[in-house]
Amino acid sequence: MTATTDKPAAAPPVETVTCTIDDVEVTVPKGTLVIRAAEQVGIQIPRFCDHPLLEPAGACRQCLVEVSMPDREGNLRAMPKPQASCTMTVTPGMVVRTQHTSHVADKAQQGVMELLLMNHPLDCPVCDKGGECPLQNQAMTNGRGDTRFVDVKRTFPKPIEVSSQILLDRERCILCQRCTRFSEEIAGDVFIDLQERGAEQQIGRFDEEILDFAPPSGQDRADSAVDVPQGVALPDTSGQPFASYFSGNTVQICPVGALTGAKYRFRSRPFDLVSSPAIGEHDACGSAIRVDHRRGKVMRRLSGNDPAVNEEWITDKDRFAFTWQAADDRITTPMVREDGALRPASWVEALDVAARGLAAARDSGGVGVLPGGRLTVEDAFAWSRFARTVLGTDDVDQRVRVHSVEEVDFLAHAVAGTGVGVTFADLEKAPAVLLAGLEAEEEAGVTFLRLRKGVKAGARVFSVAPFTSRGLARLDGTLLPAAPGTEAEWLGTLAAQAAGDLVPASADRETLEDVAGALGAEGAVVLVGERLAGAPGAYAAALRLAEATGARIAWIPRRAGERGGVEAGLLPGLLPGGRPLTDAGARAEVAAAWGVDDAALPQARGLDTVGILDALSVGQLAGALVGGVELADMPDPEHARRALRAAGFVVSLEVRASEVTELADVVLPVAPPVERAGSYWNWEGRVRPFAAALDSTALTDHRVLDALAAQLGATLGAADPVQAHRAIAALRPWHGERAPAPQQTTSDPPAVPAGTAVLAGWRLLLDDGRMQDGEPFLAGTAKTPVARMSAATAAGFDVFDGDRVTVSTDRGAITVAVAITEMVDHVVWLPLASRGCRVHDALGVSPGQPVRVAPAEKGGDA
Amino acid sequence: MTELMAALTDTWDAENSWKLSTYEAAGGYEGLRRALRTDPADLVQMVKDSGLRGRGGAGFPTGMKWGFLPEPDGGPRYLVVNADESEPGTCKDIPLMMASPQHLVEGVAITSFAIGCHHAFIYVRGEVLHVYRRLLAAVREAYAAGHLGRDIHGSGYDLEVTVHAGAGAYICGEETALLDSLEGRRGQPRLKPPFPAVAGLYARPTVVNNVESIASVPGIVTHGADWFSSLGTEKSSGHGLFSLSGHVTRPGQYEAPLGITLRELLDQAGGVRAGHQLKFWTPGGSSTPIFTHEHLDVPLDYESVGAAGSMLGTRALQIFDETTCVVRAVSRWTDFYAHESCGKCTPCREGTYWLKQILHRIEAGDGEETDLDLLLDLCDNILGRAFCALGDGATSPITSSIQYFRTEYEAHLGGRGCPFDPARSTLFDDTPQAPPALAGAGGH
Repeated sequence: MTATTDKPAAAPPVETVTCTIDDVEVTVPKGTLVIRAAEQVGIQIPRFCDHPLLEPAGACRQCLVEVSMPDREGNLRAMPKPQASCTMTVTPGMVVRTQHTSHVADKAQQGVMELLLMNHPLDCPVCDKGGECPLQNQAMTNGRGDTRFVDVKRTFPKPIEVSSQILLDRERCILCQRCTRFSEEIAGDVFIDLQERGAEQQIGRFDEEILDFAPPSGQDRADSAVDVPQGVALPDTSGQPFASYFSGNTVQICPVGALTGAKYRFRSRPFDLVSSPAIGEHDACGSAIRVDHRRGKVMRRLSGNDPAVNEEWITDKDRFAFTWQAADDRITTPMVREDGALRPASWVEALDVAARGLAAARDSGGVGVLPGGRLTVEDAFAWSRFARTVLGTDDVDQRVRVHSVEEVDFLAHAVAGTGVGVTFADLEKAPAVLLAGLEAEEEAGVTFLRLRKGVKAGARVFSVAPFTSRGLARLDGTLLPAAPGTEAEWLGTLAAQAAGDLVPASADRETLEDVAGALGAEGAVVLVGERLAGAPGAYAAALRLAEATGARIAWIPRRAGERGGVEAGLLPGLLPGGRPLTDAGARAEVAAAWGVDDAALPQARGLDTVGILDALSVGQLAGALVGGVELADMPDPEHARRALRAAGFVVSLEVRASEVTELADVVLPVAPPVERAGSYWNWEGRVRPFAAALDSTALTDHRVLDALAAQLGATLGAADPVQAHRAIAALRPWHGERAPAPQQTTSDPPAVPAGTAVLAGWRLLLDDGRMQDGEPFLAGTAKTPVARMSAATAAGFDVFDGDRVTVSTDRGAITVAVAITEMVDHVVWLPLASRGCRVHDALGVSPGQPVRVAPAEKGGDA
Repeated sequence: MTELMAALTDTWDAENSWKLSTYEAAGGYEGLRRALRTDPADLVQMVKDSGLRGRGGAGFPTGMKWGFLPEPDGGPRYLVVNADESEPGTCKDIPLMMASPQHLVEGVAITSFAIGCHHAFIYVRGEVLHVYRRLLAAVREAYAAGHLGRDIHGSGYDLEVTVHAGAGAYICGEETALLDSLEGRRGQPRLKPPFPAVAGLYARPTVVNNVESIASVPGIVTHGADWFSSLGTEKSSGHGLFSLSGHVTRPGQYEAPLGITLRELLDQAGGVRAGHQLKFWTPGGSSTPIFTHEHLDVPLDYESVGAAGSMLGTRALQIFDETTCVVRAVSRWTDFYAHESCGKCTPCREGTYWLKQILHRIEAGDGEETDLDLLLDLCDNILGRAFCALGDGATSPITSSIQYFRTEYEAHLGGRGCPFDPARSTLFDDTPQAPPALAGAGGH
């Protein structure tokens, strides 16, 4: 494996200041807050509103300390009032006395604590936060023994349902504003805000009864409102139905039990939980999470704290979507097909049947390998090695989505074996970021948050996309409008502009100069998403753009395992570490590490996913070895189903029953992330290792493949995690020739006859994916699917905003509401895999292809 | 003996005193013409030399405040006039704007010119619709006469003035809450630094001044800094409006140099209402600790009032005679603070909520001896612990009234309740009412 740590950069000298806190001298960087400086010397000043990742508020006044500062003559002068240490920065020679050495500070803190507690309910025994509550804890350390308050407490009706997922108990709230500051400063989807004043002040959503006014005109809840959650959605502060992918973070940072998650509410006590650090499995960001479990059952997940990656934030999907791992359809025992039906079998029998079947298929045409994009690196290397050495094939492709040969070339050239490239910290510091084929908020949630942090510090974001999404708007981003499939035009023209080449006369010169200039600045980044695979020439153009501007390029796939899979060589023509399969030297290195003869490795580039499915359909391939693959995610699910049905022999490694296991001859159960150790490579190229949170007898993919290999008389060296790691480490970094850059290709945009439009679309963060199963509260916050099109396009189809429209192909039809959006003409956008809107499945087409559009017939519905 | 004088009140008794013509007939806008011929830096220096201190309560030197603005960077800078007069007892700016708004408008024009501002705002308390309308009319008249707008009097200097009505929140008199409110946000005080001089309205350098401060500027320009500083005391120079209200024979605005005493003012105002004696008074509104008859000869300037344990504040002299229950008065003030606390910080939000309940309990006779110490301790936990001065102000009447009238508080405790007849303290009738002649006679 290649270098995995951030390259040490020459750090600029940091200007420091020295102060004294409780008689301890401490030197900290200039601009450090007193409360942080105190932490440096182990002094904990109590606090509620203070949060290191949020702007100071100074609202709760719990962190008061006594401060003296030298005046101009150098005489120490005490400030007349105690100061909030969360808002005051350290100055040279400052002398701070906290509750430990100052009676005034101690009394001030106790006084504030008493005031905070007087209106706070004493429902700790039933409160979710009880046992891990900053208010409870600090009331014990910095509060009075008992209260003097004998008067009437302020009460509120029990909880406000902010969304189907988030509940708010106002009487517990201490109005620290952490939640509102998070939603404003971090996520940018303000859904709750302060209302009323004085003792009546409360956190709330848009409520006409409280605010005494209606939503501003033009923001009424129209039927066509976009980004509307499917479940309960109260109006947010703008009067729009509240929708946020990050609202769960407010539950975690709430210093009391005011904000709670619907799923976890009243379910367990913190002191009964065992907490295990883990890594989010839902996207390629590799977010640090914490899995809290009790007696073998996961009760909740929280964000971990990893300043280099996700800081302290995760998406609601990473937080709430974990029940899939313990769903009722978990496969608990191996199964073999007998008389057309699967029946439980012992591991011995199942491995035997699988081995014999695979061997026969291998020898009579070959086995196609579809490992799926969600593997750990350990699994990915085992899959890669199993395919190349045991099955002797290069017909291996992890991509269960729209893909292209150009993409493989791009990944082999620019991604595989490059180690840690662009990092989250680089995004934060980048002066300009161009997104292409990537909707950051939907496809890489915490990456969006980090981009937004950069934007707040002055960065600019550009996006090649069909319209300005809510996410792009919150990045204050500039849209470079492109119909799906034509992204290469913008990228290519920008590259030409930056390189000083001729640009088409029709190009928007002003924008080109602006964007190319911005990307030419030191530290600029081009982020490309996996959807560029559907835009011919786009990957090649992105590389040219990066080269011409000097911007760094990073590839952000959706699935957690894809970056590691690229590293392991789960693509045709690509061996581990970025070694081109066609390079004899590369093959020799891999063969040596894997302990096989050079000649045993395939030498010609194999088939990609579609190629494998095609070959299975026509009998060219005799069998298939399939990992965590949802056939509905394939560009053409019907085709995939036909292919696996036609396949002579199918072995499936799965966690839960799926369409593939329905078609498989042998099903070998594998462990979900929570029951195993492993590591993901996130999109940065950073290794994200995690241990098993739960005790489990479930086996990892690499353990199962190791056993299967043994059954076939081969060695995989992946029987346990340590062995698997050694096998990976045995391959040193590749210093040979890298694969060449993808060739420039172009394709003419499809013709758009009357009655049709070009399909655009991407998957939303929360959709119909099976890894969100069993979480109805979360599902309620998923966006309701709509068909977006421009006003002109809609007029052409004789539909209006809010009308129901049917998008169809010869395969089928989808009927949803129209949302008129300012976007490129002749394009209709649909979410690709939302409930009631499974585009690949229903229509059999991918973005960039034409679809028919017509007003929905009366009563017609998806 | 300090005499009354007429500077800002010079035309209040004139026919149509609020009209521009009336103001100009009395020499109005001479200051602006003179200012436009003066170097702005000299104007700032002139105001510094005059010793003018903020008339909104805190008494910060006005010229120094202007001097805090950073060097011009080509971007906008703003003057915001704080006309959100809401303090209980304080009633000087609103009468001034009602009677003679052009004093303020001319002051705005001169100040804006001095600090390089091309768009000034006057933030008026929302409840005083009549004053809002009068100000709008005054600004309209000034525009029509060429005192505002483009190329004022051929000087090449442009100034827009916007009069904005608040929505009724005491906290918006706090300058940063005012700025948030003016920007269309929820009015809550901002974290400082940055101070408004650096990042105020729309994050641009901003001067926020009280109405009376700005209205005093034309006089300084017209008559000179020396004239102004010759008035009043050494450190509290100039003239001020003293607003007498409550149990006084002739309540109203009394303009005098700073340093006049309440005894002198009461002489002018006909004394405490007939047949009664002074019990306690506020020197500068409800947020300033109360005084008693002992303080009748305290010169009403910043230093002397401070030395006597209170604050000059807004010179809102509320006079209470012996018919007034101090507990009841303080309790009503506390209701005000509890109602007006913005809710941002814990001490003020929760503290006023609690203080209010304790005071109501005491007034109703349900208090205990320990409640007085509790009140004082709570005040100690609020004073200087709150985010802004509102919380501090809420404690002043309580601590000072317990200091001077503890026995009166104690008389309420232990089920006894209030020993006063509240009707006697009302202004409309302080004698026991005879039964109405027709009581019980039926009628229509």
